[in-house]
Amino acid sequence: MPKAVFPNRFLPYLLLAPQVAITLVFFYWPASQALYQSTLKEDPFGLKSKFVGLANFAAVLGDPDYLHSVRVTVVFSVSTAVLALALALFLATAAEKVVRGKAFYRTLLIWPYAVAPAVAGLLWLFMFNPAMGTFAYLLRDAGYRWNPLLDGDQAMVLVVVAAAWKQISYNFLFFVAALQSIPRSLIEAAAIDGASSTKRFWTIVFPLIAPTTFFLLVVNTVYAFFDTFGIIDAVTGGGPAQATQTLVYKVYNDGFVNLDLGGSAAQSVILMAIVIALTAVQFRYVERRVHYG
Amino acid sequence: MAKIELNEVRKVYPGNVEAVKGVSLSIEDGAFVVLVGPSGCGKSTLLRMVAGLESITSGTVAIGERVVNALEPAERDIAMVFQNYALYPHMSVRRNLEYGLRNRKMAADEIARRVDEAAKMLEIAALLDRRPGQLSGGQRQRVAMGRALVREPAAFLFDEPLSNLDAKLRVQMRAEIRRLQRRLKTTSLYVTHDQLEAMTLADKLVVLNGGRIEQAGSPMEVYERPASLFVATFIGSPAMNLLPLGAGGLAGLTLPAGAASAAGAGETLGIRPEHMRLVEDGAPQPQDMVFDLTVSGVEVVGAESFIYGTLPEGGPEVAVRVPGYSHVEPGTRLVAAADTANLHRFDQKTGHRL
Ligand SMILES: Nc1ncnc2c1ncn2[C@@H]1O[C@H](COP(=O)(O)OP(=O)(O)OP(=O)(O)O)[C@@H](O)[C@H]1O
Ligand SMILES: [Mg+2]
Repeated sequence: MPKAVFPNRFLPYLLLAPQVAITLVFFYWPASQALYQSTLKEDPFGLKSKFVGLANFAAVLGDPDYLHSVRVTVVFSVSTAVLALALALFLATAAEKVVRGKAFYRTLLIWPYAVAPAVAGLLWLFMFNPAMGTFAYLLRDAGYRWNPLLDGDQAMVLVVVAAAWKQISYNFLFFVAALQSIPRSLIEAAAIDGASSTKRFWTIVFPLIAPTTFFLLVVNTVYAFFDTFGIIDAVTGGGPAQATQTLVYKVYNDGFVNLDLGGSAAQSVILMAIVIALTAVQFRYVERRVHYG
Repeated sequence: MAKIELNEVRKVYPGNVEAVKGVSLSIEDGAFVVLVGPSGCGKSTLLRMVAGLESITSGTVAIGERVVNALEPAERDIAMVFQNYALYPHMSVRRNLEYGLRNRKMAADEIARRVDEAAKMLEIAALLDRRPGQLSGGQRQRVAMGRALVREPAAFLFDEPLSNLDAKLRVQMRAEIRRLQRRLKTTSLYVTHDQLEAMTLADKLVVLNGGRIEQAGSPMEVYERPASLFVATFIGSPAMNLLPLGAGGLAGLTLPAGAASAAGAGETLGIRPEHMRLVEDGAPQPQDMVFDLTVSGVEVVGAESFIYGTLPEGGPEVAVRVPGYSHVEPGTRLVAAADTANLHRFDQKTGHRL
């Protein structure tokens, strides 16, 4: 690659400066603050704080509420990712078969992605609110005891559905692209080779889009972990009885509502470690995918 | 093994594109039939209708004694070799070969026997554990053939299977396909736009143009008695020389007395380059037609050369085959002759042979 030569030796640094400044201000500074805070303990009035080392981490990891929240997060994230992936894949394969109005159908499916998380949460809340939701009404009419405000499992189902709904568009786009990249002759060869359409899907199509599926699995898990605060806040507020309190939600709740800054910061640091781990997996994977083709 | 019978087969694609306009064709059991024609003439469409990959708008396709119009590709007992090979990239070569047999719930020992046999026949035994991505183009081509072979189908269908190979490999694979087909005696329908490939492979050559059959027959028949101007120019390289006659004949062309009265205006005469000779190599005979040419170029092929020359007054260009290395300079004036016994005559309006 040819090397760019700048007329002034300070110019390149000047050009880089905004990017570096943004990274410093918006990532390294809060991150270091979180790290610093996580080693401090504040008195109940927030007047003094003292250094406690790893005590906050020990407290967080030993807290049954925190471990409960980990379980909730795992259930929520896996369910959301799997649901969003499965539905998007189903819709993408269906879109392949649409003959007329393909573009229109695809455009419609992409819209939900433009809806803000909190708004998405509200939409689902309105539909399924036990007091006024249309679907809640229908469910109860059908003899089902629907009350996500009291029933933790139902609340979980509701946030999972709302969170997955928003992610389907994104997944759909990737799946459509992946499906289109499979040469048609491959499917035709399999048809001649006597594979039914179900069999073709599982033995040819699915393995060939596996790289995309894996990539999306990571992206969706990260999304469910970190980007669903708005939805949970709007739909359940973490309740009932912490049944939908994910790790991110708990950071917010402990830090800003319960004002346990040290504990909240320790949780943030743990979360940060999880993001870094997930991102590392993703990057390694994306890199491998580049070599794959 | 089976014969294939096409009866008035038509294909209209959405958007009212009529790709195949009523094709009737009978393929004998064990025959190697090659469909040849220019790009877009409907070759692939026709083949895909036989395979069941494209619906048939009207007419019938029968394989063996069965009309297969309504059958799925898998039920037609055919195997197809695709232009891009269409190997399953995530499966080993062995799995690729086995796939069609496993789907048909064949016994494991029979599958193993067939795969080994095909692998031996195609010399790919050493490649069985590799993925298609780890093979060269020629090896992939062999695997694609192998996948068709192991099925032991009633018919093989090929859609330009050699067009992704380099020239040398193409000639080699061409010979190999021919040899295999002779040995297995499986009815084969082969699509290509390469007339040389078509000539060398076919028992029966079918020239397609604009969705219709122009001519069907043995390669020699088609070459020696082209049924139309289209076939005359499509088959043979360089193409047949065409001489459209006007009211006063054609400037620079002298026909022998007898032929001159027979061939009149509104006719196009055709003569192949190999039937032409330079007059310096032998004086014109009474039955010869004589050309007055100005050399426009020379193409040296090796063992022979083609001299291109134009007739005067903006007349057509004709090619003359001469043995060996020709040193003629462009602009030289030459006299060429050809025996009228080798003449082809076509109607200018309809393009049909007279
Ligand atoms: N799916 C389709 N929809 C509409 N028209 C089509 C479709 N497939 C092919 N055609 C048209 O039908 C005609 C015949 O196509 P076909 O693929 O059979 O040509 P071909 O003889 O195989 O050409 P080539 O040598 O380039 O492969 C073409 O004019 C093509 O544009
Ligand atoms: Mg074609």
